[in-house]
Amino acid sequence: MSPGDRLLRLFVPIILVVMIAPILVVILLSFSQASYLTFPPPALGLRWYRAYLGSRDWLSATRISIEVAVSTVVLSTILGTAATLGLGRLPKWARTLAIGLILSPLVMPVIVVAIGLYYAFARYGLVGTPAGLVLAHTCLAVPFVVTSVGTSLAGFDRRLEMAALSLGATPWGTFRQVTLPLIRPGILVGALFAFITSFDELIVSLFLSGANAVTLPRRMWEDLRYDIDPTIAAVSTLTIVVTVLPLLWARVGRRKAS
Amino acid sequence: MTPLLLTAPLLLFMLVFYTLPVLAMLLRSVSEPHWTLANYAALSVDTVFQNVFLTTLRTAVIVTFGCLVLGYPVALYLLRPGRTALNALIVVLLPFWTSILVRSYAWMVLLGRRGLLNEALIAAGVIAHPLRILNTSIAVYIAMIHILLPYMILPIANALRQIDPSLRRAALGLGATPAGAFRQVTLPLSMPGVAAGVLLVFVLSLGFYITPALLGGPRDMTVAMLIANQVDQLNWPYAACLSAALLATTLAIMALFQKLFGVGTAFRSIER
Repeated sequence: MSPGDRLLRLFVPIILVVMIAPILVVILLSFSQASYLTFPPPALGLRWYRAYLGSRDWLSATRISIEVAVSTVVLSTILGTAATLGLGRLPKWARTLAIGLILSPLVMPVIVVAIGLYYAFARYGLVGTPAGLVLAHTCLAVPFVVTSVGTSLAGFDRRLEMAALSLGATPWGTFRQVTLPLIRPGILVGALFAFITSFDELIVSLFLSGANAVTLPRRMWEDLRYDIDPTIAAVSTLTIVVTVLPLLWARVGRRKAS
Repeated sequence: MTPLLLTAPLLLFMLVFYTLPVLAMLLRSVSEPHWTLANYAALSVDTVFQNVFLTTLRTAVIVTFGCLVLGYPVALYLLRPGRTALNALIVVLLPFWTSILVRSYAWMVLLGRRGLLNEALIAAGVIAHPLRILNTSIAVYIAMIHILLPYMILPIANALRQIDPSLRRAALGLGATPAGAFRQVTLPLSMPGVAAGVLLVFVLSLGFYITPALLGGPRDMTVAMLIANQVDQLNWPYAACLSAALLATTLAIMALFQKLFGVGTAFRSIER
């Protein structure tokens, strides 16, 4: 073993512990019985989960977040999958341009998108409505759908489609019976990312959710700014479970498949 | 005709609900109060803007450097054979999949006056009084490095994975020391990953809003925070100028990296 190797084995575990620790601390705190944030918790219990379930504000924010995220998944998966199927057959210049536009939300400062949409949506009465959030979140989620479907399409033999067509299948039949089953894993992973992108999104929601479409992250943000109540630890833990478990499951599934 | 029919709905959707609104907003920087470049001229001598812009750039540089120094060894570690590397990958991905808001909250809990870190240091007798970390730049750097580390680790690990292992063995067989083989073979071949990671972390930190707002002090205001602040005050022309400046900086850095390293395609590999 070289000295570099020994250094790696010494320091990397420390970095990894520091990376995971904040999340574990929040999860542990959510089970605290104390009425303020203190560590370690003097006693464990479900007090803050009960507080969450007993709060109409938190529950309504949860409902809106789920509604918006599910609608975003439907819209972005349909638009994104269709677009990806077409992309590969566009002439090169058009493809480059289209991919640039579709992927640009990945690097665009979200605040710029947020205030641009706030300015435009205010004129059409879309601020403070779940519909406005869905339209905005779809733009942010679509890059993940397109990359994910694109990846599964890259390993896809286009001759299978031609074979189906030449054997008399209709284009729609070919899509349903040949293309769709083969790219389904990519679509599912893309849909998952779209859900999480919307469910965790805060900056656009700060501007677009108004008083009537307050999402879960927006509600958490207000609590964090004005008073830190340990209910947030419970809500955080719930959102970690909602987002991390499906991703872990998808990852393990992909590993098993390959 | 069909490919266009498939792709057009999304392009149209993004044009209407993304591109045009952003462009219309940016246009207000030159169209108000009448067609003029005066808003930009004012920006160039505005000391508030200059301070905020420099703070944002400094934060981005520090965070990128921190991510590189901590992320490269982790990326190397991920390539070790066996279960340890797999577990390490899960440890990298778990925070990556957790929302920025939750991770910022976690650091508020850890770094607060009566937070875990202070309590632990006092209990260990290292300090007598709690340190003031929360609401300082240090808290912002720590939390942002934590949040952006996976964006550095994953592209570097990707690049390292593509290096043919026989190259390193050949170097060792020809008499290179392990350190020499790393410096002359592994490191240069991993540069595309490093460039992609540096670009990603830098560009993403330029737009940061949530973390500095929650963990920083009054002097840690970033351009994104200033933009939000100006929109709240309905100062749209100024907010639009700031947005244009932020966007131009982001695009300039991406163009620079594209020219130097050709990493434009790296963005296609950010798969979560």
